[in-house]
Amino acid sequence: MPQDYEIVIGLEAHVHLSTKSKAFCASSTQFGAAPNTCTDPVTLALPGTLPVANRVMVEYGIMLGLATKCEIRRSNRFARKHYFYPDLPKGYQISQFDEPICERGSMTIRTAESSRVIGIKRIHMEEDAGKNIHDPHCGASYLDLNRAGVPLLEVVSEPDLRSPAEAVAYLRTLRQLVRFLGISDGNMEEGSLRCDANISLRPRGEMSFGTRTEIKNINSFRFVEKALEYETVRQIKLLKSGRSVVQETLLFDSQTGTTHPMRDKEESSDYRYFPDPDLPPLRIPESWIEEVRSKMPKLPEQRYHDLMTVYGLNAYDAGVLTAEREYVDYFEEVFNHCSNAKSACNWITTEVFAKLRKQGSNQPQDVVKAAHLGSLIRLIDQEVISGKMAKNVFEEMTSSGRDPKEIVEKQGLKQITSEGDLKTMIVNVLERHSQQVGEYLAGNQRVVGFLVGQVMKASSGSANPKMVNQLLQKELDLIKQKNKDS
Amino acid sequence: MFKAEDTLKIASLARLAPSQDELLVLTKDSNAILEYVRQLETLDLTGVQPMSHVHGVTNVLREDEPEPSLTVDEALSNAIDTHDNFFKVPIIIE
Repeated sequence: MPQDYEIVIGLEAHVHLSTKSKAFCASSTQFGAAPNTCTDPVTLALPGTLPVANRVMVEYGIMLGLATKCEIRRSNRFARKHYFYPDLPKGYQISQFDEPICERGSMTIRTAESSRVIGIKRIHMEEDAGKNIHDPHCGASYLDLNRAGVPLLEVVSEPDLRSPAEAVAYLRTLRQLVRFLGISDGNMEEGSLRCDANISLRPRGEMSFGTRTEIKNINSFRFVEKALEYETVRQIKLLKSGRSVVQETLLFDSQTGTTHPMRDKEESSDYRYFPDPDLPPLRIPESWIEEVRSKMPKLPEQRYHDLMTVYGLNAYDAGVLTAEREYVDYFEEVFNHCSNAKSACNWITTEVFAKLRKQGSNQPQDVVKAAHLGSLIRLIDQEVISGKMAKNVFEEMTSSGRDPKEIVEKQGLKQITSEGDLKTMIVNVLERHSQQVGEYLAGNQRVVGFLVGQVMKASSGSANPKMVNQLLQKELDLIKQKNKDS
Repeated sequence: MFKAEDTLKIASLARLAPSQDELLVLTKDSNAILEYVRQLETLDLTGVQPMSHVHGVTNVLREDEPEPSLTVDEALSNAIDTHDNFFKVPIIIE
């Protein structure tokens, strides 16, 4: 990364909202439907059709605004953005221009080095375009209008990001936020989260911005970082050689890892925005905002802090568990069944996550029910079974879906905690290993570990290891004493 | 003043190709419209919000309930050309 230059990045993220119907008509928004099977006269822009805004889209806009500490514009309206492209049947996109629904907010991002507040300039509602498939061999493009009209929120950050890594952290935080709120699945691969990035460089200490370039349509976290890193190096080379950066729109080629200028969509910046006469303005009274606020779940930032202050977890664990809402919900439910936060966290982030990775899922409930994992942890804490036995019980739980208590009962797995039984085993082991006992008497402490292992083995792993340790030490002390006396 | 080249620019953005005669008429009409609207400049409009909608109606919203789609055949019935249930258009080069 450059020493003498500062990187300035601003992001425009497009978040697909998970409404059931489109932004301005009742067509379904189902992802992956067969081509052109989610359309209606409004989607196709047939003459005489009238758009009507989706109430849930507006509520999701308010919700994301509240979650990012934005001001909600009490009076806002839709505008037409004009350009010709086959995936936009009307010849204009319904968007918001001078009166976006949310303005002036912020979001806190955490990177390995620090935590920083990034300004959010505005959030506005708009509709998505259809999807094109290009076929250069036939000189044709094929058009699927299922996605045309699906509601989006465009979230525009201030140029507050200072590295490609921060840009990625910002996007991850936004993704986490919309997923916790349940307003989008934030899936970059399916196009539910797309982003355009503006990037410029300036000499360190300089206040005014350098000339920026815009990289369009980046669709994975990895590509965001790679595209911005490539662009940083490209701009530095230009500036250092005394040339200047040309303000232009670029595309990132994920195959070559490079950016290249987009073909000019003739005067495409002349969108001739004006208020959409077909859509009456929105008035958002305080009561509506309060209603939306009351439906909002706890935000990831709050839950992250709760995990540390209420449950006593460390920052790393809190970060891992709040990566997805399903994880932290699951953790809290497991905790409610065992009251052991550290142990619940360990089981989830090791055993449960390993299974999730194998299944390619992010639903811990599908691995084992939270109540069952909680009860397994309680069995360990109550010393009914050992940690080692618990691993086997866990395997059995994931394959059969049965309650751990039932498994322990049925397989006779209970830990041996009877002092009498353990003592018998220990005495047997000591008799069989008189040589090691001799070594111990001669001052070799290390054989104790070996002897504990032998007792555990004799019990097929079901002896309580803590008690074995204590009782074995007691037996050895007795022998030592006897030796001295005789 | 609105000039012929301004009319041409707007026409090209709207994918229109007016003839030389049409261009003159359009430019003249545009200037007449601008002149008419310019009367507003003689008024004191301090504190008056620009009006984007004349009807005073607000918050016309639908509930988020999907309705059945048109069939693919219906959707494509006005298409000039189709291919495997897609609209087919001249290739768009990005």
